[in-house]
This record gives sequence, structure tokens and C-alpha cells, in this order.
Amino acid sequence: MIKENNLMARTGLLGMLCLLTLLTCLSCNQSEEISYSRHIKPILNEYCLSCHGGIRAQGGLSFLFEKEAMEAQTESGLRPIVPGRADKSEIIKRMRSNDPELRMPKEGPALREGDIQLIETWINQGAQWDDHWAYAQISNPNVPDLDTAWGSNAIDHFIYQKLKEKGLQPSGRATPDELARRLSFDLIGLPPTLENAGEFLKNPTNVHFDDLIDRLLDSPHYGERFASMWLDLARYADSNGYEKDMGRSVWRFRDWVINALNDDMPFDQFTIEQLAGDLLDVPSTDQSIATIFHRNTMTNTEGGTEDEEFRSMSIIDRVNTTFEVWQATTMSCVQCHSHPYDPFKQEEFYELYALFNNTQDADLDSEYPFLMETDSVQKDLRQVRAKILALKGEAVGDLNYIDKSEIKNLAHPRLFGHFADDFQHVLIANDGEFSNSSYNSNNQKDKKYYLIFQDVDLNDLEEIRYHYFCRGDDAVIEISLDSIEGPIISRTSMTSSPGKDKDWQWKSFPLEVSQNGIHDLVFHFINTTGDFRNGVVSVKEMVLGYQGEETTQALRSWQDTLLALYQGGIKSPVMKERTAALRRPTHVFERGNYLVKGAKVQPNIPEILNHEDVIVVDRLDMAKWLVSDKNPLTARVMVNRIWEQLFGRGIVETMEDFGTQGFPPSHEELLNYLAYQFSHDWNWSIKALIREVVSSDIYQQSSRTSANQLEIDPFNIYYGRGTRARLTAEQIRDQALAVSGLLNTKIGGESVMPYQPEGVWQITYSSAKWEAKHESDKYRRGLYTYWKRTTPYPSMTAFDTPSREFCVSRRITTNTPLQALVTLNDPVYVEAAESLGAWMTKQGQGDLKKAIERGYEKALLKKPNEEVLEILHGLHEESVQPMAMHVSMDRNKKKILAPMTVVANAIMNLDAFLNKS
Amino acid sequence: MHCQRSNTRYSRRDFLGRTSLGLGAAALASLTNPLKSFGASSTMDLKVGRPHFAPTAKRVIYLFQSGAPSQIDLFDHKPLLEKLHGEELPESVRQGQRLTGMTSGQSSFPLVSSPFEFAQHGESGAWVSELMPHTAKVVDDLCFVKSMFTEAINHDPAVTFIQTGSQFPGRPSMGSWLSYGLGSDNENLPSFVVLVTKDKTGQPLYARSWGNGFLPSEYQGVQFRAGKNPVLYLDNPPGVSSQLRKRQLKDLSALQELQYDQIADPEIKARIAQYEMAFRMQTSVPEIMDVRDEPEHIYDMYGEDSKKPGTYAANCLLARRLAERGVKFIQLYHQGWDQHGNLPTAIKTQCKETDQASAALITDLKQRGMLEDTLVIWGGEFGRTNYSQGRLTSTNFGRDHHPSCFSVWMAGAGVKPGHTYGGTDEFGYRVVNDGVHVHDFQATILHMMGLDHEALTFKYQGRRFRLTDVHGHVVEDLLRV
Repeated sequence: MIKENNLMARTGLLGMLCLLTLLTCLSCNQSEEISYSRHIKPILNEYCLSCHGGIRAQGGLSFLFEKEAMEAQTESGLRPIVPGRADKSEIIKRMRSNDPELRMPKEGPALREGDIQLIETWINQGAQWDDHWAYAQISNPNVPDLDTAWGSNAIDHFIYQKLKEKGLQPSGRATPDELARRLSFDLIGLPPTLENAGEFLKNPTNVHFDDLIDRLLDSPHYGERFASMWLDLARYADSNGYEKDMGRSVWRFRDWVINALNDDMPFDQFTIEQLAGDLLDVPSTDQSIATIFHRNTMTNTEGGTEDEEFRSMSIIDRVNTTFEVWQATTMSCVQCHSHPYDPFKQEEFYELYALFNNTQDADLDSEYPFLMETDSVQKDLRQVRAKILALKGEAVGDLNYIDKSEIKNLAHPRLFGHFADDFQHVLIANDGEFSNSSYNSNNQKDKKYYLIFQDVDLNDLEEIRYHYFCRGDDAVIEISLDSIEGPIISRTSMTSSPGKDKDWQWKSFPLEVSQNGIHDLVFHFINTTGDFRNGVVSVKEMVLGYQGEETTQALRSWQDTLLALYQGGIKSPVMKERTAALRRPTHVFERGNYLVKGAKVQPNIPEILNHEDVIVVDRLDMAKWLVSDKNPLTARVMVNRIWEQLFGRGIVETMEDFGTQGFPPSHEELLNYLAYQFSHDWNWSIKALIREVVSSDIYQQSSRTSANQLEIDPFNIYYGRGTRARLTAEQIRDQALAVSGLLNTKIGGESVMPYQPEGVWQITYSSAKWEAKHESDKYRRGLYTYWKRTTPYPSMTAFDTPSREFCVSRRITTNTPLQALVTLNDPVYVEAAESLGAWMTKQGQGDLKKAIERGYEKALLKKPNEEVLEILHGLHEESVQPMAMHVSMDRNKKKILAPMTVVANAIMNLDAFLNKS
Repeated sequence: MHCQRSNTRYSRRDFLGRTSLGLGAAALASLTNPLKSFGASSTMDLKVGRPHFAPTAKRVIYLFQSGAPSQIDLFDHKPLLEKLHGEELPESVRQGQRLTGMTSGQSSFPLVSSPFEFAQHGESGAWVSELMPHTAKVVDDLCFVKSMFTEAINHDPAVTFIQTGSQFPGRPSMGSWLSYGLGSDNENLPSFVVLVTKDKTGQPLYARSWGNGFLPSEYQGVQFRAGKNPVLYLDNPPGVSSQLRKRQLKDLSALQELQYDQIADPEIKARIAQYEMAFRMQTSVPEIMDVRDEPEHIYDMYGEDSKKPGTYAANCLLARRLAERGVKFIQLYHQGWDQHGNLPTAIKTQCKETDQASAALITDLKQRGMLEDTLVIWGGEFGRTNYSQGRLTSTNFGRDHHPSCFSVWMAGAGVKPGHTYGGTDEFGYRVVNDGVHVHDFQATILHMMGLDHEALTFKYQGRRFRLTDVHGHVVEDLLRV
């Protein structure tokens, strides 16, 4: 098994086949045009780049960039490549040398003669350095003409052309039942229902198939199905990941993805809102929620960890994830040194880092900043808001709009940590308490701790009161205007609060100078000695005392209610850019170590991808660039993802890597065509893309295999037959629940905790329990299952779901005995079999065979043949007696299963049931 | 876990399944290998699935002491600290080393000598404190490495580092690499089994410690649990006897074969084999977990806890049973070593729970002739400080995390017995000779299993990854020649 694996991994089968063909034709025709990117680069990658590439440029030579290679100032002074003159090119001499001191590569076997000849020919042809296919601008290729009537759309034309070249023919159409199942799983992740597919099954015409496509694309379950794909990329999970792995509230993001997909939000908008929704003009709540995409990074709340270290790790993850998801480019290699194989320099990584380096989140335990709201709380908030406004004698206005700034105003004149518009080093807790305390206070001396509250009305302000607790006598609280260097309006030395436990005190401080107008307030903690035990102040709330302000008891009480509601709302961590004054500078991390800072860099995008010298300043610019026609990768990468979802393998199999170490596309023209259409004619509509693909004849082919096909195209690279693939973890669960009638089809909401064996859920730092809140939660779709990163849901991990600690582009399908144990024995699957069995018995009306037939048909949309029916009937017969005996032996008369459950369980373990074909 | 290794046809398809190309045995049989024309001169690693060279260890039992045991109170005897007890840690020793946030704010770093008596034991004269009387008796079989060091200073990154070679999640664990590299020796059991002491608190454990990272999930560790359901979903549903299950699977196989006849997808054959393996596991796992057939003197050896399922002692006994049946990588986890405070009391409990059984495991393997080819490892994720965290009193103190030195021991399978390797300075603060970095430790373990840590690779995201990243040297001096 081994040889193939590694060879495949290295070049891809397709690459090898191409190379094989090429070698054959080269030997007969030396005038064949050799391409650097297609033919030469893979050889250099394999033999040369590990010493002459991004990590090391031994002897002064690197092949990473054209300039480096062609104009190399080598230690030997010799020219490695002399265009047009292979005989004068040092690399050819070195590759052929018999002298072990001289021969390249220095270690390992020599190059194959065929490879050396290729390089020779390329040099003699002028050593032209062309772009790697994936970095070339996407153009709209011509659709090939066909000499056959076969084919429904352009996709078929591209595919047919290649099939013909290979001496293959497309297969016939799959049977209606196969097709309905395939389409339904592919589009909504659930088996077809008779309501949806009935017409088509009865009368499988193209019109009815198109109609089925429409129904499925319009189904609200469509969004759920493709959300599963996206959530792997977004490393979405319900816990924050490291040691304590505490829960976090990000499910609003999952729902945002589902809704966006259902609404067919254009992919460019889908991109911009997730990467930079917070930077849009007046972002809506939804656009804020979208930015959770990058708040799905992990937060380390382990005692004694340095927040800045893990903040840095999050930023690194954001760069890597953005580039994997939208560019299929492996930037993680570039953290520590230039890319070993692809043309990316180390500083380019940190230029991207700079784009992400200015958000407010800072690995705080509270996950601040967050958006606080839920629909139900919003509703109450609105009512309370109306009360307050009425008491204040102000107009109530638009009841539908309320946000943090308005709450701030209504609760006025009280300020909390989470009302701050920006902060530096301060710890902000969930309830809004803020302090200059931190676990890592060894270098507290050099840090400034402050919060900024923007746009505070200072007219008639007389005093400021805090509810505080102070440890020691070394703290000073300073309040300044507009910036930390601005005019100081209040400065107070604090003294130690009495009591060991936090004994909160009120203290009021008159303003030193009276002020007018609207200003930013800067609340600054100063610890004069730097000894943190002697100068930590925690502040629960700050009250602005205005002259003549009368707070009636009623108003005060409604304000308290408002705040309590606000505090009790869902806190979704979101992205929020820092204010200009607090922008962080970005430096290269030497060897990837965040403690060793190198040269300072400015935001930029990597040169190789920046075809038109686009200038980017912030995330929004970058997001817009990703989905502009100046970007060569985004459309190709997304089209490839959708293709993989539908065919089980991408046109580029290495979904995560379009670089020179990835596999080349099996159908480059087709990929370009779809990418171009997707980003132009279809206006980034994912549904349009999917509709086009599933409408093609190749999608609808039968997956039966002939000996000829197996011989010529064993891996079905050329799509001469339909795809057969195991369902995903979510689909396997959802199918069992759907077929058995147990499925709760509710869409969205908080994540749920369905049955999980005891002992799996281990949480040390909280009393949270794994339990279903509602009975109906037990049968929700798989994607709603609570995703705890350190102990993911075991019956789904058995079917290859990732832990979601990091971005995953493709799940590798495995086939293990643990999977068999899940679908045979996991109580969820047993209950499903029980429910299906009961339904079958009822349907049979005393006729066993009829019951079995109905059950089989329900599961697979077709009647069992006689042989299958006999076997299942036999199983029922065989089950009756032992099960009855079990009952008579069981003194407790515990409920046991009926024989039909055993039959249903067998049906639900059929390979045909666990696969789509 | 994987299980079709006994049949070359299946193992061939197995890799193909993994590349998602979905071609299997039947197709391969008729496929003229297009790779041959390249095979001969290729530099590919052709060795995955079997050792690269003759191993000295056929299996590993890794007794992971999660939370980081204090080397200063167990094995790394520092007489100087007795003299300097209570005095400040000199800055010349600390040299500005990064501290965790839990002590970085301390204004004083008083040195603490161990309150426990140390003595030399065995012919080898190894130093062991009174906390580990049983371990002291087997020191001549052990090889102490006192010069371990790591890069991480907090638990999660440090555990992840020693288990996966990277401080950040995403890489396969050591056991996964070994299963991927070596396959399985038992077609009824997974090749990588995890046993966790029940009801311990302290640092949580992360599934990634035995996770497969980017390797296919068949290589992840399978946790065997104490109690009724040793492997999740192992039990048949109520009313389904083993007999009936057998019948059901026979019928299921017949149905799958019919499907195979129709569409000739070799993946179907593989599924049939997996169901058969699942069925065998339903017998083999309870059999292994049922320790009632162990004689009384064995229980005496492992200690009274060994009769209580889920204890460390019971898990040590199970580890031996699993090793006997050919499981390649058995990893135990025992939490609770994180003594930031109250060390004198807490460490006693930890030792009481683990000392006797760890030693018994060595003796037991030895008496069965299995220590010859079983590598046993004992150790945590980093060390603990020589100074007190929090206030040092006459009866109480704590020790913070310390990455610059810690002690582990190894035994069996080609490791030098009765040997101590490497050392720390008189303060017990940093390594002074023969430092063993975590990557060296990993390289050495792979080496003993017959794997070249530089050649055991998996390509992911355009790069060939290894357990040891781009580092690591085999510590030859630990190995018996």
C-alpha cells in the first residue's frame, strides 16, 4: 500500500500520468514546448528546493523566485541557468556529475535522466519562467464543441472532451432512486421525501429532475447542509479550545451561515461580511455576527498564560485560515521562514498579520468584545427602553432599534467595562467589571491600563463616582479627555479597601476642572510602583454625576432592569477594530517566535497574488481584494470546494493547497470556466453554481463500474461514471433520524446535547452538564450538536468529523470498526431502528414481507429484490425466538426490542444506506 | 485504528480509500501499476506500514503523569537546596527565564529543598525519594533521564507538545504516528489504546493528546473505559444476544455481497471486514477488561487499588494485558500532579496512587519476559520550580511550572537499565549536561520502535509533516548497544 500512497501524495496520480505521457512524447519529439510551472517546478520541488528554496539558499542559490534563480550570486560564481544554453548551465553539470562532492542533490539519489533531459530542453528553449497555473488571472475559456448529442451543459463538454481523449465514454443515467438520493443528500443533506421526489420517481423526466433541483435549493435545509462544510473551514465550535475549554456562545454565527446560504447571499458579500463586517458603514447586527468567523479562534484561559502570546496565536491562525479558505495557500509555512516551495516571503506573512493585528480582542477570559443580544431579550429590552424614555420625558421613537450605544445612553449616567469603545491591557469581565489586574504582571510597570469611552456628554458634569475595590495603596486613577495624553479632569490616589474579599466601596471624585461639550473619556489606572499586589483596582461601575440630575426611584429601577437584561443576553464574541490611537504596530516574528520581534512591517498582500498593485490598509480592503477580479484564486477555490462536495473529490484534489506542492487540476479549463462564470455571469451565486453542476449529465451518471473503465481510469479522474461516496457524519445521523421519523427539523438556535455516553463529557472547571435541555433536542440534525473541542461528540468523530480546533478543508473518509459499533449500537441509532421497525410493522398489517418491503423502500427508495427480501425475512424469523427467550429470562421484564428492530437496524447498516451512489 | 492489515488486498485499498479516490482491491487487481516506471529511482519514503529498521521495542506503554510531577521531590536529588532552603533564588541562576503568570509577580523566590528523604538504591545507586519506595526497588531496570527540557510553560501547550511535537493543536499524537507507521499486530484490537485514571481532577485531558491530527481518523487512540461499556457503543442493544448479533451480521454480509456483485465497489468488501472486526471486538475487549482471571499474587503486586476498575493500578494491569495481546501503543493518563500549593501533602497522594503499580508493571513484564521488547515510559509534560510558589512555611509550599529541566524514566526494550542520563545544576534549575529536548525524546522512542523520525512523514498542506517537526536527534546513549 505504501508506494502508491507516497508517490500519490507527492505528485498526484494525475500529475504522474501526465508526466508519463509527456516523457513518452518527449522521447520522440524534442520540440515539445516545456512549461516551467507544469514540468520543471515539480522536479525542482522534489529535488532542489529543500536546500535551494525558502528555508535555505545554499551556496547562494534559491529557485523560489525567478530573479533569485536567474540572477543568483552563487558562492561558486557560476551561473546555474544560462537560458538557451543547457551545456553552459551549472545545474545540468551538477545533476549529471559523478563526483560525489559536486553532484546535486547532495544527499539522496540522483535525478532521473528523463527529468534532467526535461530541464535541459527547457533551458535550451530559453528557460522561460511562467506563472503557476493557480496564480494566473482567471479567463473565460472557450467551451469545446462536441461531436455528439450527449451533454446538457458546458460542464459536459469539458468532461467529454477529456473522456474521449482517454478512449472512455460517459455512463448512462443513474436510476431514479439513486439519483433522487444523490441529489437530495448533496443539496440538503437529508434523504428525499416522497413529497419532494415523488413526481420524479414516478416519472423521471428532465423537467421533473429540474423541478426537484429547484425544490431542494429552495428548501431551508439547503443552508444547513452547506453550513456543515463551511463550519469546518470556520473552525466553528461551542467551546474555546485550550485547557479549560469553556463554553462560548457563537451559535448565532452558525445560524448566520445557514441563513446566508439559504438566502443565496452572493459569495463576495458572504466573504466581506465575515472578514470585515465590523468595518462596513454602520454594520448591522447580522454583519457583526458574521465576523464571529474569526472569533472562532481559540482562547486560552489557563492560569498563568500570557494573553499576548495567545492573542498572537489567534492572529496567526486568522492569517492561515483566511488563506486556506479563500486562497488554498499554505501560509502557515511562512510564519517562521519564507515558503519552502511557493513564492511567499516571510515578511509577507507579517504584512498580512498587520491587517488582522488591530482588533480589540486580546485573549481575555470574557472573550470581550462581544455583541450582547438575543431575540427574546431584545424584545424585553425594547419595552424597558420605552419605559425609561417615557420617564425621562423623551420621545420613544423607533422601537425596533436598540443597540449597545443606546443602552449606554439609557443607562446613563452609568458606565461599565463593556461599554468601553476601546481598551488597553485592562481586563474586562463578563459582567462589565474592569480592572488592571492580570495574571502576568511581571512587566506591569511598562504597561498602560486604560479604557476609552467615546462621546460622553460633559456638560454639567460635576463628579464621577466609582464602585470599586482597591488592593494596596499604590494606585492612582486618572481621567483624561480625548486621549491618554489629553487634559486630566480627575486624578485620585487610591487607598487600600478594607476586607479580604471584595468589599466594594463607593467613592466620588469631583472634577478638577469643569468641562463642556462631547468628549472621549479615558479612564486610566496607574500603578505607581509596578508591584501588582499593591496597585490593583477593580471597578464595577462608574457613575457620572450631573448637576441637577434627578434620578427618580422608578427610573433607577427601570435602568437596573435594562442592565440586568443586557447582562443576561447572549454574548457573542465579535470582531471590533481598535480606535486609531491604539493601533498596534506589527513586526516580523523571528523564526515565528512572538517574543523575538524583527523588522516593522505595514499591511500588504503577497506580491505573487497582487497582480495590479492593489493597496490595502485594513481587513475590509483585503476582503474586497479577495473577491475582486484582481484575485486569481478565490473563485477557483470556492468552485473547487463545491465540486468536491458534489463529486467527492475536487478538480484540484488538494483542496487546501493550490500551490506547487498541491495536485494539479484534473480539468483546468473546466475549473477556469466555472470560476469565471461564478464570479461574473452568476454574480457569485452559490446556488447558480450548484444548479449548473447538478444539471450536467456527468453528475447524473450511474456509478456502476465496467472492467474497461476500471482499467483505463481506476480512480474515476475523468468522470466516466458517477461518484460513490460514504455519507458524512452529520448525514449518517440525519438520515437515520429522518427515515425513522424521529428527526426534529427545527432550524437554528442554541447548540444541543443529544445522547452521549456517560464519562465522555469531562469538564473540570465548571459544573456544566451534558444533558438535553428539551426532549426534542435529542433528535436535532447533527450540525446542531454541541461541539466541544477537547472532547468532540464521539459518534460523529467516528465518522471523521474534525475537532474544529483549526480550519479543515477536507475530511478524509475512513472505514473503521468503530463506525460499525456506532450504527449498530449507539442508542440514537437503536432508537431510530426501533422507530422504523414499529412503522414497518404497522405498514405490514400482519404481512411480514410487506412490512420489510416497505421499510426497505423507505430507506432506499426502491423495492428489495426477492433475494434481499428473503434474507431480511429470514433474519426476522431468526430473531423472534431468541428475543422472546430473552424476555422470559429477564426477570425485570425490562423493555426489549422487537425483532423488526433487528431487521430495521440491518437495513440501516447496509452499505447502500450509508453511501450515496 | 485500523485492522485490515492482515490482507494485502485490503491494505492496498485502504490507502486508496484514504486518498478518497475510492479504488479498491478488484480494480487494483486489473490495474497495471502506472507507478512502476518511477518506482525504482524514486526517493519516496516507501517504508510506512512497517519498521524502517529492526526495532528493539515492539510496543510502548507510556505512563503519562499529567500536571507535571516535581522532579526535585522524586528523583532529582539536590543537597545544595538543603543548605539554601528559604534563601532567594540567585538571579545568576534564573537568568531572566520566562515564568508563568502565576509566579512572575512574586517579589520573592525562596528556594525550597525537598522535605522528603532521598536515598540511593539498587546496584545502580539511583537516587529516589521516600515517596517512591516501590519504584526504588526496580531502579536497576530503569533508565532515568534527568535532563529533559521543553519549550512550553503552560499545561495545554506543554502536554500538546510532548504528545504531538507541536505546542498548538493540529498534529497527530505519538501513538497515532506509531499506528500509522507500524499498523497493528492484533486484528481484534485497536493498535493504540488509551486508559485514563477515573475520577481524578486537575488539568483536563484533551482528546487531541491521542488524536489523529491530520492523519486519517483510523489512527486515533481508542479509549478503553472502566465499567460496563469499555469501548463506546460496544454493547449490543437490550435483547440482542451475541448469537443474534452474529446472525444479523451474517445476513448483513450477505446483503452487502449482493450489493458488491452489482456495483463492484471494493469499499463494500472493506465495510464487511470492519463489521467483522467490530464483532470480534465485542468479545475481545470485554475479555481483556475482565481481570478476574488474574491470580491473587498479581493483585498483591500491583496493590489493592488494582481490583478497583479505573484506578491507575488497575490500568497498569490492563496495560500489561493489552501489551500481551499485541497492542502497539498503550497510553495511561494520571492527572493531579500540578502542585502549585500544598505540595507536601498532595504529592504523597499522587505517589501512593501510582508508585506501586508503576513498579509492579516493570516487575510483571520482566517476569513474563516481555520487558525485553516493551518500552515503558514514565513522565509528565514539564518540571517544577526549585523555588516556592506562594509563601514558604515550615509545613507548606508549592512549586510552579518549570520547563528548563524535568525527569522521566524509561525501561525495557533496548533502554540501558540501571542508568541515569543527563543532569541538572546544583540548584536543580537547568540542564548542565546531555540535555534531551522533547523532540529528541520523541525521536528516540520512534527509533526504538524501528522508525526513523525523519522518514516517518505524512504530506498535508503541501508539506511533509513529522512528529519531530524539523528537529530531534536520537539519544543513542540511552540505548543498550
